[in-house]
Amino acid sequence: MARIGLKNVRHSYREHPAADADWAVKRLDVEWAEGSANALLGPSGCGKTTLLNIISGLLRPTEGAVFFGERDVTAAPPDARNIAQVFQFPVVYDTMSVFDNLAFPLRNRGVPAAEVEKRVREIAALLDLEPMLMQRAAGLTADGKQKISLGRGLVRDDVNVIMFDEPLTVIDPHLKWRLRGKLKELHQRLRPTMIYVTHDQTEALTFADQVLVMNEGTVVQSGTPVELFERPRHTFVGHFIGSPGMNVLPATFENGVARFAGHVVEIATPLKAQQDGARLEIGVRPEFVRFAKSGIGVRILKVADSGRYRIVDTVADAEPPATATIIKLLVAEGTALPSGPAFLKFDPAYTQLYVDGWIAG
Amino acid sequence: MNTKTVNQKAWWLVAPVVVLVAFNAVIPLMTVVNYSVQETFGENVFFFEGVKWFEQILRSSRFHESLGRSLLFTAIVLAIEVPLGVAIALTMPRKGPWVSVCLVLMAMPLLIPWNVVGAMWNILALPDIGLLGHTLNAMGIDYNFTRQPLAAWATLVAMDVWHWTSLVVLLAYAGLSAIPDAYYQAAKIDGASRWAVFRYIQLPKMKRVLTIAILLRFMDSFMIYTEAIVVTGGGPGNSTTVLSIDLVKIALGQFDLGPAAAMSLIYFLIILLLSWIFYTVMTKDEQS
Repeated sequence: MARIGLKNVRHSYREHPAADADWAVKRLDVEWAEGSANALLGPSGCGKTTLLNIISGLLRPTEGAVFFGERDVTAAPPDARNIAQVFQFPVVYDTMSVFDNLAFPLRNRGVPAAEVEKRVREIAALLDLEPMLMQRAAGLTADGKQKISLGRGLVRDDVNVIMFDEPLTVIDPHLKWRLRGKLKELHQRLRPTMIYVTHDQTEALTFADQVLVMNEGTVVQSGTPVELFERPRHTFVGHFIGSPGMNVLPATFENGVARFAGHVVEIATPLKAQQDGARLEIGVRPEFVRFAKSGIGVRILKVADSGRYRIVDTVADAEPPATATIIKLLVAEGTALPSGPAFLKFDPAYTQLYVDGWIAG
Repeated sequence: MNTKTVNQKAWWLVAPVVVLVAFNAVIPLMTVVNYSVQETFGENVFFFEGVKWFEQILRSSRFHESLGRSLLFTAIVLAIEVPLGVAIALTMPRKGPWVSVCLVLMAMPLLIPWNVVGAMWNILALPDIGLLGHTLNAMGIDYNFTRQPLAAWATLVAMDVWHWTSLVVLLAYAGLSAIPDAYYQAAKIDGASRWAVFRYIQLPKMKRVLTIAILLRFMDSFMIYTEAIVVTGGGPGNSTTVLSIDLVKIALGQFDLGPAAAMSLIYFLIILLLSWIFYTVMTKDEQS
């Protein structure tokens, strides 16, 4: 296992990239600690698969360097990097048995037969593949095949990093939970460095200690799931993570005071200087908005039930109805909604000001 | 209560197909069956003979020899065309402008009518004026396909390989193109050799198209007629008289309609049987 580092990496699929949009991955500096479980989260087309291919060596970055530990592997091909990868669609060698599939990477490297046997049985036991070791791999279900893909990485003890490219896409929902739990368990037992690419926030947040959120080729935020939730660095992260996403409300800032629809809003990180001409927004998650006796006067538009919570859509009285921004809040099941005039309060510790999309301060 | 409407008029919808199949398959086949059990004389006089013609054909050494030649020709042609076709498909570019150039070049021999292919090769191989024949003789190789059985066979095999290897190439190429990149990436990561990639990824994934390629090539080469008759006419002597050529000689040369019909049926059953064996062997794994 090794620490994985990307230094000043940029990549473009064009021959002569000129415009900003020509770059699939824009200047990146990232480091993943040895033995960590990481997620790379972002919408389709944000550059996460490109990044994965750069790490695995299937793509050589246009600029920058890739480090495994202290070693510069930028020019090394995939087989010289000692990585493992689980693909979106299960890749198994159809004509081989499950055992031979797991043994394949070891046999290719000339590992003695006795050692192969021992390693394969060990990993098969971890993955619950023992009962079907002698079956043909082609006959297994999708989740079984994904386990084989993962197993081919786990049998090798020289693997620097195991990468997952949306590995649960073709798995049935009830098995997704099981497989995700298995992954987490394996990580805790074997401590490999893992990088998990997905566009599904639940998968990323439950699997990883460290989540890298990408959008349009850049890293928008890197942090623990809690950090991403409580202090999104960009309104994109606020929208993308959480269900429903963060409320983003148009704001003004004068004399050290932020206002929304004429009301003063207390924020966690006030601006130090006046920002002329910049787009100012207040971001607050529905979890940190509540009804109060006084505050921002609102009308309730819609109430949706989502199990333990109700999601309430409101708009501020002071805003013109045609262009009003919807403010969502969560109300616990069984709590009464205000019947008369309603007022909202934001939790100041989790209310942020954003300048042109990026968090202030 | 059964409320399902049964509309007998629907039969009219399948009528065109029934008529078509009847006229191009059932009726001709039944005519042949009819001939195969009768002796004909002039003026449409028929005598029922039972299985006499079948016995005669199956016992005749002439039939055995033709059958042997057909089987040998098919075996040689399959043994060359299938590996060669796969090898060419493997070396063809996977993307870029050369893909269409290669595909068009490969498709070209397939578009040429059989008798034209025969005529081309006949002229090409002529020992005195043909480019190939003359060159071989100039190089000191004694080559004359009109006199030497071995040269005749070599010419027929070369012609068939030239004409039909492309079909295997195109089918194998289609099979290769359908393999997702992830398989190659996984193989790279697993440290697989070039041979292992072929053996464990490309070959298994090409199996279905290769089954089709082998079946098509088997049936076509076992029934080869036009090219062979144009180039060698079954000679020298009887050395390249394969089943189809022999059949035409009996039916139209000697006008022995009964034995010819019986031979057609035997010929047909052999093809059916061998195709079934090929198919069963090649798809054995999928069924279990």
